[in-house]
Amino acid sequence: MSLALILFFVFGTIAVVGAILMIFVRQPIHSALALVLVMVSLAALYLLQGAEFIATVQVIVYAGAIMVLFVFVIMLLNAGNEERTNVSKLAKFAGLPLAVLMTIGLAVWIARASAVMASPSNTGVHGAVDPTRELSTLLFHDYLFPFEATSILVLIAIIGALVLAKRDS
Amino acid sequence: MTAVPVSYYLVLSAILFGLGVVAFVFKRNIITIFMAIELMLNAVNLAFVTFDRMHAGAPSLMGGAPATHDGWVFVFFVIVVAAAEAAVGLAIVITVVHNRQTLNVERMNLLKF
Repeated sequence: MSLALILFFVFGTIAVVGAILMIFVRQPIHSALALVLVMVSLAALYLLQGAEFIATVQVIVYAGAIMVLFVFVIMLLNAGNEERTNVSKLAKFAGLPLAVLMTIGLAVWIARASAVMASPSNTGVHGAVDPTRELSTLLFHDYLFPFEATSILVLIAIIGALVLAKRDS
Repeated sequence: MTAVPVSYYLVLSAILFGLGVVAFVFKRNIITIFMAIELMLNAVNLAFVTFDRMHAGAPSLMGGAPATHDGWVFVFFVIVVAAAEAAVGLAIVITVVHNRQTLNVERMNLLKF
Protein backbone atom coordinates (compact mmCIF):
# COMPACT_ATOMS: atom_id res chain seq x y z
CA MET A 1 0.00 0.00 0.00
CA SER A 2 1.62 3.20 -1.14
CA LEU A 3 1.63 6.50 0.71
CA ALA A 4 -0.74 8.07 -1.84
CA LEU A 5 -3.30 5.31 -1.30
CA ILE A 6 -3.12 5.68 2.48
CA LEU A 7 -3.54 9.46 2.22
CA PHE A 8 -6.47 8.98 -0.16
CA PHE A 9 -8.25 6.69 2.29
CA VAL A 10 -7.56 8.98 5.25
CA PHE A 11 -8.90 12.12 3.56
CA GLY A 12 -11.69 10.28 1.77
CA THR A 13 -12.91 8.89 5.11
CA ILE A 14 -12.74 12.37 6.66
CA ALA A 15 -14.78 13.79 3.77
CA VAL A 16 -17.49 11.10 3.98
CA VAL A 17 -17.68 11.33 7.78
CA GLY A 18 -17.98 15.12 7.53
CA ALA A 19 -20.81 14.82 5.01
CA ILE A 20 -22.67 12.31 7.22
CA LEU A 21 -22.15 14.58 10.24
CA MET A 22 -23.61 17.45 8.22
CA ILE A 23 -26.81 15.44 7.76
CA PHE A 24 -27.25 14.24 11.34
CA VAL A 25 -26.22 17.30 13.34
CA ARG A 26 -29.09 19.49 14.59
CA GLN A 27 -27.50 22.95 14.78
CA PRO A 28 -26.91 24.74 11.45
CA ILE A 29 -23.61 26.13 12.72
CA HIS A 30 -22.35 22.59 13.36
CA SER A 31 -23.46 21.59 9.87
CA ALA A 32 -21.41 24.49 8.50
CA LEU A 33 -18.32 23.37 10.42
CA ALA A 34 -18.76 19.79 9.14
CA LEU A 35 -18.96 21.17 5.60
CA VAL A 36 -15.69 23.07 6.16
CA LEU A 37 -14.15 19.74 7.19
CA VAL A 38 -15.36 18.16 3.92
CA MET A 39 -13.97 21.05 1.86
CA VAL A 40 -10.53 21.00 3.51
CA SER A 41 -10.19 17.25 3.02
CA LEU A 42 -11.25 17.69 -0.61
CA ALA A 43 -8.48 20.29 -0.98
CA ALA A 44 -6.04 17.65 0.29
CA LEU A 45 -7.38 15.23 -2.33
CA TYR A 46 -6.80 17.86 -5.05
CA LEU A 47 -3.21 18.24 -3.82
CA LEU A 48 -2.84 14.48 -4.03
CA GLN A 49 -3.85 14.64 -7.70
CA GLY A 50 -1.30 17.32 -8.52
CA ALA A 51 -3.70 20.27 -8.67
CA GLU A 52 -1.92 22.56 -6.21
CA PHE A 53 -3.52 25.79 -7.38
CA ILE A 54 -7.03 24.34 -7.30
CA ALA A 55 -6.40 23.13 -3.74
CA THR A 56 -5.32 26.64 -2.71
CA VAL A 57 -8.37 28.21 -4.33
CA GLN A 58 -10.59 25.61 -2.70
CA VAL A 59 -9.31 26.54 0.76
CA ILE A 60 -9.33 30.31 0.19
CA VAL A 61 -12.61 30.69 -1.71
CA TYR A 62 -14.73 27.78 -0.49
CA ALA A 63 -13.58 27.16 3.06
CA GLY A 64 -12.62 30.80 3.54
CA ALA A 65 -15.08 33.05 1.78
CA ILE A 66 -18.24 31.07 1.04
CA MET A 67 -18.42 29.28 4.38
CA VAL A 68 -17.74 32.53 6.26
CA LEU A 69 -20.73 33.96 4.37
CA PHE A 70 -22.84 30.99 5.50
CA VAL A 71 -21.73 31.31 9.13
CA PHE A 72 -22.42 35.04 8.95
CA VAL A 73 -26.00 34.46 7.78
CA ILE A 74 -26.54 31.77 10.43
CA MET A 75 -25.43 34.23 13.11
CA LEU A 76 -27.44 37.07 11.57
CA LEU A 77 -30.67 35.06 11.49
CA ASN A 78 -29.96 33.53 14.90
CA ALA A 79 -30.62 30.04 13.56
CA GLY A 80 -31.01 27.71 16.50
CA ASN A 81 -31.99 24.09 16.78
CA GLU A 82 -33.55 22.72 13.66
CA GLU A 83 -37.21 21.88 14.04
CA ARG A 84 -37.68 18.20 13.43
CA THR A 85 -40.91 17.60 11.53
CA ASN A 86 -42.23 14.37 10.17
CA VAL A 87 -40.46 13.35 7.01
CA SER A 88 -42.92 13.40 4.15
CA LYS A 89 -44.00 10.03 2.79
CA LEU A 90 -42.62 10.87 -0.65
CA ALA A 91 -39.16 11.60 0.76
CA LYS A 92 -39.20 8.54 3.00
CA PHE A 93 -40.37 5.90 0.56
CA ALA A 94 -39.20 7.30 -2.76
CA GLY A 95 -36.46 9.85 -2.09
CA LEU A 96 -34.14 7.95 0.23
CA PRO A 97 -34.20 4.61 -1.64
CA LEU A 98 -33.69 6.43 -4.93
CA ALA A 99 -30.73 8.40 -3.56
CA VAL A 100 -29.10 5.27 -2.13
CA LEU A 101 -29.81 3.34 -5.33
CA MET A 102 -28.32 6.12 -7.46
CA THR A 103 -25.15 6.25 -5.34
CA ILE A 104 -24.66 2.47 -5.38
CA GLY A 105 -25.47 2.29 -9.09
CA LEU A 106 -22.98 5.03 -9.93
CA ALA A 107 -20.29 3.44 -7.77
CA VAL A 108 -20.77 -0.02 -9.29
CA TRP A 109 -20.85 1.39 -12.80
CA ILE A 110 -17.64 3.38 -12.23
CA ALA A 111 -15.89 0.41 -10.64
CA ARG A 112 -16.86 -1.83 -13.56
CA ALA A 113 -15.85 0.75 -16.15
CA SER A 114 -12.48 1.39 -14.50
CA ALA A 115 -10.96 -1.51 -16.40
CA VAL A 116 -11.56 0.34 -19.67
CA MET A 117 -10.38 3.72 -18.38
CA ALA A 118 -6.93 4.85 -19.35
CA SER A 119 -4.45 4.90 -16.52
CA PRO A 120 -3.35 8.37 -15.39
CA SER A 121 -0.70 9.58 -17.74
CA ASN A 122 0.39 12.92 -16.34
CA THR A 123 3.29 11.60 -14.30
CA GLY A 124 6.05 12.53 -16.66
CA VAL A 125 4.45 14.04 -19.73
CA HIS A 126 3.92 17.48 -18.29
CA GLY A 127 6.97 17.48 -16.11
CA ALA A 128 8.63 20.12 -18.26
CA VAL A 129 5.77 22.62 -18.14
CA ASP A 130 4.71 24.19 -14.87
CA PRO A 131 1.02 23.19 -14.54
CA THR A 132 0.04 26.47 -12.88
CA ARG A 133 1.63 28.45 -15.71
CA GLU A 134 -0.22 26.27 -18.20
CA LEU A 135 -3.45 26.89 -16.31
CA SER A 136 -2.98 30.66 -16.46
CA THR A 137 -2.36 30.48 -20.20
CA LEU A 138 -5.56 28.47 -20.61
CA LEU A 139 -7.60 30.81 -18.41
CA PHE A 140 -6.41 34.12 -19.89
CA HIS A 141 -5.93 33.01 -23.49
CA ASP A 142 -8.03 30.04 -24.57
CA TYR A 143 -10.92 30.70 -22.18
CA LEU A 144 -10.74 34.50 -22.23
CA PHE A 145 -14.36 35.08 -23.27
CA PRO A 146 -15.90 32.74 -20.64
CA PHE A 147 -13.59 34.36 -18.08
CA GLU A 148 -14.90 37.83 -18.92
CA ALA A 149 -18.46 36.48 -18.92
CA THR A 150 -17.98 35.19 -15.36
CA SER A 151 -16.77 38.62 -14.28
CA ILE A 152 -20.07 40.07 -15.50
CA LEU A 153 -21.92 37.26 -13.73
CA VAL A 154 -20.18 38.10 -10.45
CA LEU A 155 -20.98 41.79 -10.91
CA ILE A 156 -24.66 40.97 -11.45
CA ALA A 157 -24.61 38.70 -8.40
CA ILE A 158 -23.15 41.46 -6.22
CA ILE A 159 -25.80 43.97 -7.35
CA GLY A 160 -28.57 41.38 -6.99
CA ALA A 161 -27.49 40.46 -3.46
CA LEU A 162 -27.36 44.13 -2.46
CA VAL A 163 -30.81 44.85 -3.89
CA LEU A 164 -32.35 41.74 -2.29
CA ALA A 165 -30.85 42.21 1.16
CA LYS A 166 -31.59 45.93 1.33
CA ARG A 167 -34.16 46.87 3.93
CA ASP A 168 -37.10 48.77 2.48
CA SER A 169 -37.40 52.07 4.22
CA MET B 1 2.11 10.35 -5.83
CA THR B 2 -0.41 9.55 -8.57
CA ALA B 3 -0.73 5.85 -7.91
CA VAL B 4 -4.35 5.94 -6.72
CA PRO B 5 -6.68 4.57 -9.42
CA VAL B 6 -9.05 7.02 -11.06
CA SER B 7 -12.09 4.93 -10.15
CA TYR B 8 -11.47 5.37 -6.38
CA TYR B 9 -11.81 9.12 -6.69
CA LEU B 10 -14.91 8.80 -8.86
CA VAL B 11 -16.58 6.45 -6.38
CA LEU B 12 -15.79 8.92 -3.56
CA SER B 13 -17.28 11.69 -5.69
CA ALA B 14 -20.45 9.65 -6.27
CA ILE B 15 -20.79 8.92 -2.54
CA LEU B 16 -20.40 12.61 -1.63
CA PHE B 17 -22.95 13.59 -4.28
CA GLY B 18 -25.40 11.00 -2.93
CA LEU B 19 -24.95 12.30 0.61
CA GLY B 20 -25.62 15.79 -0.74
CA VAL B 21 -28.87 14.60 -2.33
CA VAL B 22 -29.93 12.92 0.94
CA ALA B 23 -29.17 16.10 2.90
CA PHE B 24 -31.09 18.16 0.34
CA VAL B 25 -34.16 15.95 0.67
CA PHE B 26 -34.16 15.49 4.44
CA LYS B 27 -33.06 18.80 5.87
CA ARG B 28 -35.75 21.25 6.96
CA ASN B 29 -33.57 24.31 7.51
CA ILE B 30 -33.22 26.48 4.41
CA ILE B 31 -29.56 27.34 5.16
CA THR B 32 -28.64 23.68 5.56
CA ILE B 33 -30.36 22.91 2.26
CA PHE B 34 -28.07 25.50 0.67
CA MET B 35 -25.08 23.76 2.22
CA ALA B 36 -26.26 20.47 0.67
CA ILE B 37 -26.13 22.14 -2.74
CA GLU B 38 -22.56 23.29 -2.02
CA LEU B 39 -21.66 19.71 -1.07
CA MET B 40 -22.97 18.42 -4.40
CA LEU B 41 -20.99 21.10 -6.28
CA ASN B 42 -17.86 20.02 -4.42
CA ALA B 43 -18.44 16.38 -5.36
CA VAL B 44 -18.69 17.38 -9.02
CA ASN B 45 -15.47 19.40 -8.69
CA LEU B 46 -13.67 16.31 -7.41
CA ALA B 47 -14.88 14.39 -10.49
CA PHE B 48 -13.64 17.23 -12.74
CA VAL B 49 -10.15 17.21 -11.19
CA THR B 50 -10.01 13.43 -11.48
CA PHE B 51 -11.01 13.39 -15.15
CA ASP B 52 -8.46 16.14 -15.78
CA ARG B 53 -5.73 13.97 -14.29
CA MET B 54 -6.91 11.13 -16.50
CA HIS B 55 -6.86 13.11 -19.73
CA ALA B 56 -4.16 15.80 -19.39
CA GLY B 57 -1.20 14.87 -21.51
CA ALA B 58 -3.10 12.17 -23.37
CA PRO B 59 -3.33 12.50 -27.15
CA SER B 60 -6.27 14.64 -28.23
CA LEU B 61 -9.27 12.85 -29.68
CA MET B 62 -9.28 15.19 -32.68
CA GLY B 63 -5.62 14.63 -33.35
CA GLY B 64 -3.11 17.40 -32.89
CA ALA B 65 -1.66 18.73 -29.67
CA PRO B 66 -2.11 16.75 -26.44
CA ALA B 67 -5.02 17.71 -24.21
CA THR B 68 -4.28 20.40 -21.61
CA HIS B 69 -5.64 21.03 -18.15
CA ASP B 70 -9.10 22.07 -19.29
CA GLY B 71 -10.70 20.28 -16.35
CA TRP B 72 -9.08 22.69 -13.90
CA VAL B 73 -10.58 25.64 -15.78
CA PHE B 74 -14.03 24.06 -15.44
CA VAL B 75 -13.44 23.73 -11.70
CA PHE B 76 -12.67 27.45 -11.57
CA PHE B 77 -15.91 28.31 -13.32
CA VAL B 78 -17.88 26.02 -11.00
CA ILE B 79 -16.30 27.75 -7.97
CA VAL B 80 -17.14 31.21 -9.35
CA VAL B 81 -20.74 30.24 -10.09
CA ALA B 82 -21.04 28.66 -6.62
CA ALA B 83 -19.82 31.88 -5.01
CA ALA B 84 -22.30 34.00 -6.99
CA GLU B 85 -25.09 31.55 -6.20
CA ALA B 86 -24.28 31.60 -2.49
CA ALA B 87 -24.31 35.41 -2.40
CA VAL B 88 -27.66 35.76 -4.19
CA GLY B 89 -29.21 32.74 -2.46
CA LEU B 90 -28.33 33.91 1.02
CA ALA B 91 -29.71 37.37 0.22
CA ILE B 92 -32.97 35.69 -0.81
CA VAL B 93 -32.92 33.65 2.42
CA ILE B 94 -32.52 36.83 4.49
CA THR B 95 -35.46 38.47 2.69
CA VAL B 96 -37.69 35.42 3.04
CA VAL B 97 -36.88 35.00 6.72
CA HIS B 98 -37.61 38.66 7.38
CA ASN B 99 -40.99 38.24 5.72
CA ARG B 100 -42.02 34.83 7.10
CA GLN B 101 -40.15 34.80 10.44
CA THR B 102 -39.09 31.16 10.02
CA LEU B 103 -36.23 29.11 8.61
CA ASN B 104 -38.34 25.99 8.17
CA VAL B 105 -39.02 25.30 4.50
CA GLU B 106 -42.33 23.60 5.28
CA ARG B 107 -43.74 26.94 6.47
CA MET B 108 -42.75 28.64 3.22
CA ASN B 109 -45.80 27.46 1.31
CA LEU B 110 -47.12 30.65 -0.22
CA LEU B 111 -46.93 29.22 -3.73
CA LYS B 112 -48.17 25.78 -2.72
CA PHE B 113 -51.37 24.71 -4.42
